Amino acid sequence: MEDLFLNIARILHCWLVSGGLSAIGADLVLLLIKWISILGIVTMNVIVLIWLERKVSGFIQQRLGPNRLGPYGAFQTIADALKLLTKEDIIPAGTDRWIFMTAPMFFIVVAVMLYLVLPLGKDMTIVNLNVGLFYFISLGSLSTICLLMAGWASNNKWSLMGAMRSVAQMVSYEIPLAFSLLGVVMITGSLNLSDIVAAQSRFWFVLLQPVAFVTYFIAATAELNRGPFDMPEGEQELTAGVYTEYSGMRWALFFLAEYTNLVAVSALASTLFFGGWKGPFLPSWIWIILKTYLVMLVFMWLKWTFPRIRMDHLMSLSWRVLIPVSLANVLVTGVGIEFFRWMGW
Amino acid sequence: MTTLFDTDQYIINIGPQHPSTHGGLHVEALLDGEEVQEAIVHLGYVHRSLEKIAESRTYTQFIPYASRMDYLATHLPTLGYVQAVEKLMGIEVPERAEYIRIIVGELSRIASHMLFVGSLAIDLGATTGLVYCLRDRELIMNLFEMSSGQRLLASYARVGGFAEDLPEEFFPALQAFLDKLPTMVEEYHGLLTGNEILQARCRGIGVLTADMAVAYGVTGPNLRASGVAYDLRKDDPYGIYERFDFKIPLGERGDCWDRLMVRVEEIEESGRIIRQALKDLPGGEIRSKVPRILKPEKGLEVYYRIESAKGELGYFLVSDGGEKPYRIHIRAPSFINLMALGPISRGGKLQDIIANIATLDPVLGESDR
Repeated sequence: MEDLFLNIARILHCWLVSGGLSAIGADLVLLLIKWISILGIVTMNVIVLIWLERKVSGFIQQRLGPNRLGPYGAFQTIADALKLLTKEDIIPAGTDRWIFMTAPMFFIVVAVMLYLVLPLGKDMTIVNLNVGLFYFISLGSLSTICLLMAGWASNNKWSLMGAMRSVAQMVSYEIPLAFSLLGVVMITGSLNLSDIVAAQSRFWFVLLQPVAFVTYFIAATAELNRGPFDMPEGEQELTAGVYTEYSGMRWALFFLAEYTNLVAVSALASTLFFGGWKGPFLPSWIWIILKTYLVMLVFMWLKWTFPRIRMDHLMSLSWRVLIPVSLANVLVTGVGIEFFRWMGW
Repeated sequence: MTTLFDTDQYIINIGPQHPSTHGGLHVEALLDGEEVQEAIVHLGYVHRSLEKIAESRTYTQFIPYASRMDYLATHLPTLGYVQAVEKLMGIEVPERAEYIRIIVGELSRIASHMLFVGSLAIDLGATTGLVYCLRDRELIMNLFEMSSGQRLLASYARVGGFAEDLPEEFFPALQAFLDKLPTMVEEYHGLLTGNEILQARCRGIGVLTADMAVAYGVTGPNLRASGVAYDLRKDDPYGIYERFDFKIPLGERGDCWDRLMVRVEEIEESGRIIRQALKDLPGGEIRSKVPRILKPEKGLEVYYRIESAKGELGYFLVSDGGEKPYRIHIRAPSFINLMALGPISRGGKLQDIIANIATLDPVLGESDR
């Protein structure tokens, strides 16, 4: 079980080479297959996630949640996805047509590209980048540009307002997000996510870097545009924010990408702070799924119990609290590392 | 001279089709970035010309229309109307009916305030708060269904009393509700008012000073949140309110937080009133002898006001001796309270407008009539 996916990949590789492909060609085809399977897993996973979110919110709100279609309403999301697929693709007059149409596509592409560097199990990284963490953070901030595209191209006041909020939020929260991860990087001395997992063989970094974890968690919630920081959508004041003019599958793509981002950010959190795929008894890929889902449940819990924060409070939280705290964390970590070295541990 | 850094005014129309405008409210917000420079209220999207309709209906036929004004506190507008007609014609009401009026009236107030807490929660983005409040309001709706067969728009009151007596199963259900009430309020405090974000969204937001509130004619919980102890149940007791012992909750600063807390406390006070009424509830007739067709004398006119869930609800009736009123004017508290929305929103943030609308607690069916 442990090497299930690795064996599949090895068998496929042998099969391709024996089919007459060169070794490099076989690698490329294999990469393509990995990509497509990631896409498939991501979309299927979102269906499960939406169902889970509905059930979790139902539990929090003392409701039943979906319970008609399939066991425990499991097929409800599939029915919803089919409905969205068959809906008319409305592009309102006065929009910047091409930007309007491509924004959701870029959004989902950026979201899926995050999975490229995540260690999804023992030796299961699609591309083992030595600057994996850097890649993840820089790509994560790209999604804001897609929101800005959508907001600008919609030619709608609500959308523009939402887009501006999302940019302001990104500019403020990218900094504490990056600084909070620096502590982990300083301890391991590597930006490679596989190395970071390997460094947590004795204890999880959440024990060494609790402040960094809390900062990361708050900043990541803001980066994800999830409640209580769902400013760009801000349903009560901005109707649907950047998504106001979108309908049908394009809207669904935004939705899909948001959940994809949620999974990626939660997977990163479990990789950096909870030992990644490391765990006893079960295969490594099951451990990472378990940990990721646990982190996601906390995100959902937050969303369904908290009111939305106000935009200026959001800004002051970032600049007055999170950035100083994360900077102090970097300082303390540096001093701590030097101290440990001096002690000769 | 204009420079590159000058910004244009950004006009946003909140409503009439908008998730958090409580019906057909239209607020034109003039923004500088997120800052509100001016908020202009446009009304009339739910206008159904109720006052004109009243002129072509008999006095009894208007009762169902009255409950369609403030549909969230269904019994209060009907009771106000019915009592106005009774005052016009000098009709006495049996003791039992008076007590039941207190009970259903205060239940309506609780229902309205519960929905206020829930809708404030969802307007601030806390979806769960709404569900909790609706769950508790459901118990009151069940009580209304028992009493009149209707849940939302119970046209239960009649001139001279009520349509029929309360059924047997009403009283244990009411007692069970009253027993649960403290737990419910405790839950709201745990989920909502104890939340840091909600406090930050409400404290010091939309300040309505006492002078301003009086100048704008704001009444009801909104006025009391500004620190003015004015409650018609105490200051101009109607019905049998002077027999009951209850407090008037007061705010200090008149911000959104005070408006929220005053209402939460009023839920508890209303519970106290119902408990007292239930204890003293006498037996006997539910409706006095009233002619089938009501014909007040020509030239009679009356102004009758009650403390509705939203504020001072007044009915001005003029009779021309026929079976239909010559003229009805309704002083709708929501309409007058909404006029304060612009001044209190000025200088705040866009998100504060939403909080202000929610805490002024307008019912558009009432304000547009």
